[in-house]
Amino acid sequence: MPPMDGTLASASEAQLDVVEGAGGRVLRFAGRLDAAAAARLWPAAMAAGAGGSVTALDLTAVESLDSAGAVLLLEAAPEAEARGAADEVAAVLDRTRRALAAAPPPPPPPRWRPITAIGRATVGRGRDALKGIAFMGEAVVTTGRVLAHPRLLRWSDLLRHLDEVGTRAFPLTLLLGFLIGVILAYQSSIPLRRFGAEVFVPNLVGISLLRELGPLLAGVVLAGRTGSAFAAELGTMTVNEEVDALKIMGVDPTAMLVLPRLVAATLVMPVLALLMSLAGLAGMTLIMNTLGYPWAAVQGQLQQWLSLGDLAGGLFKAACFGLVIAGIGCRAGLSAGRGPRAVGDAATAAVVGGIVAIVAMDGVFAVLFFRLGI
Amino acid sequence: MSASDPQPVIRAENLAVAFDGRTIFKDVSFEVQRGEIFVILGGSGCGKSTLLKALIGLVPLAAGHAWLLGEELAEANDRDRRALLQRIGVMWQSGALFGSMTLAENVELPIEEHTRLPRPAREALARSKLGLVGLGDAAARLPAEISGGMAKRAGIARAMALDPPLLFLDEPGAGLDPITSAGLDKLIKDIARDTGTTFVVVTHELQSILAIGDRCIMLDKDAQGIIAEGDPRRLRDESEQPTVRAFFRREAA
Repeated sequence: MPPMDGTLASASEAQLDVVEGAGGRVLRFAGRLDAAAAARLWPAAMAAGAGGSVTALDLTAVESLDSAGAVLLLEAAPEAEARGAADEVAAVLDRTRRALAAAPPPPPPPRWRPITAIGRATVGRGRDALKGIAFMGEAVVTTGRVLAHPRLLRWSDLLRHLDEVGTRAFPLTLLLGFLIGVILAYQSSIPLRRFGAEVFVPNLVGISLLRELGPLLAGVVLAGRTGSAFAAELGTMTVNEEVDALKIMGVDPTAMLVLPRLVAATLVMPVLALLMSLAGLAGMTLIMNTLGYPWAAVQGQLQQWLSLGDLAGGLFKAACFGLVIAGIGCRAGLSAGRGPRAVGDAATAAVVGGIVAIVAMDGVFAVLFFRLGI
Repeated sequence: MSASDPQPVIRAENLAVAFDGRTIFKDVSFEVQRGEIFVILGGSGCGKSTLLKALIGLVPLAAGHAWLLGEELAEANDRDRRALLQRIGVMWQSGALFGSMTLAENVELPIEEHTRLPRPAREALARSKLGLVGLGDAAARLPAEISGGMAKRAGIARAMALDPPLLFLDEPGAGLDPITSAGLDKLIKDIARDTGTTFVVVTHELQSILAIGDRCIMLDKDAQGIIAEGDPRRLRDESEQPTVRAFFRREAA
């Protein structure tokens, strides 16, 4: 608690004296009341001014006042009369007083009501789901229209996307696939060796890559590289009102922006999955070689145990993953809100939504393939 | 610095800026005195905004020297540079408000960074700055929720947060309705008169230039430099330079 009268500590010029008079309490300020001084005197001034007991501010000795100083005076004693201020000081004080009067303190945020919040969230989710279904429907209808009139598809855009989504992702896909093959071969060789079954490592790695890991990891690469890019690109276009401009020009944004991306991702994903699997098999072969199995033995195992069905199933899944990831990315971008944050949110939603969706779909495919005996 | 201080607030000597070997302007020299409202004007693409950015050190100078408040920004060490940056404020052409913060938080940011004011003091100070530009009731809104004119005014409020003695305004009136624009001009004049703040205003709004400008320089794209300097009202009435005359009489060149 600072002393209620006498000089308060001050290393530099600005000072505050609290004078208890017959008429009430007077705060006497002196020196240069700038931001640094205001910061230093703030606790003392607030303590002295608490309860509205200050009747006057004596500003005779104030040499200069900036707006931080004026805020200090006005917050400490909003009702008090200012005395003896020089013209410049009074001008700053008046201007700040008017400015503060024009800016009332914000109302406290409304109380959090759990039931209302749950209801609102549910309705929001429901609306989102409806919009998602509407988006899918629109994509299907547009696809039908484009199939009837192939001229509507923008081929140059499609080529650009094929390049960006596909060829530019090849090095990353090859690297990841190779490393995954190496890791799987090493890790599985340890337990299999105990049973003398090291020779079956190619079967294990081959089946998991072709059926599961190839498509899934290619999907993760696509979601991270491309889903987010689609969302950011379309999100920026939405924020900049470019999508509205297209609609008003009579150009269907779904045909122009969404369809080329969907087609590109769907076409490219089987290729990526295949590359991923082949690179993985190469990595596995390398490890098997170092473990003493010749190339021909590995090849023999693979030929004997892997069927074309394994590969076809994996590639089909990959195409579905590509379609879904691109769709989620485009939708996230087109439904972006406003402001720079919206683009970031859209990109996050695209990646998270894409990965969750492909894993969930993979589960469905697993059950389906099992039932069908594929 | 007192009013009689002979040292100019800004001194520019033979400034030149070039991008990829293409000269934007060269041999630009001028001085700005304390308390002046100094206008940089000219047609689109003449390098007005580039000159402003060159003065505050965002665009490298190809040649020449610029002193702000007696300090050469390009030569200053980190500490001096930080101290100098505290004493200038810039309002950007589109406001450049941080999208994830409310207007009040935008204004509070420089206060928080450069002073030790406690939180209630910062909040009240930010409110007073927003009140000053007529945005008192929009303090809790996000930049995405306000109009372009409001964003400009919020940009001015943020530039003024620390009461800098030198304020740069890039196109304050562009894209505003005449009433808001006139209100902004009055605000600038009032602040300059009450606080002795020096303003450097980049604009091509004729009415604004005539209403607030104490002195101006006019840049020209073809001349790659200053083609006129002086009181804008006298330039309007007396200049014989064809481009200047065309500009002030709104004639097509």
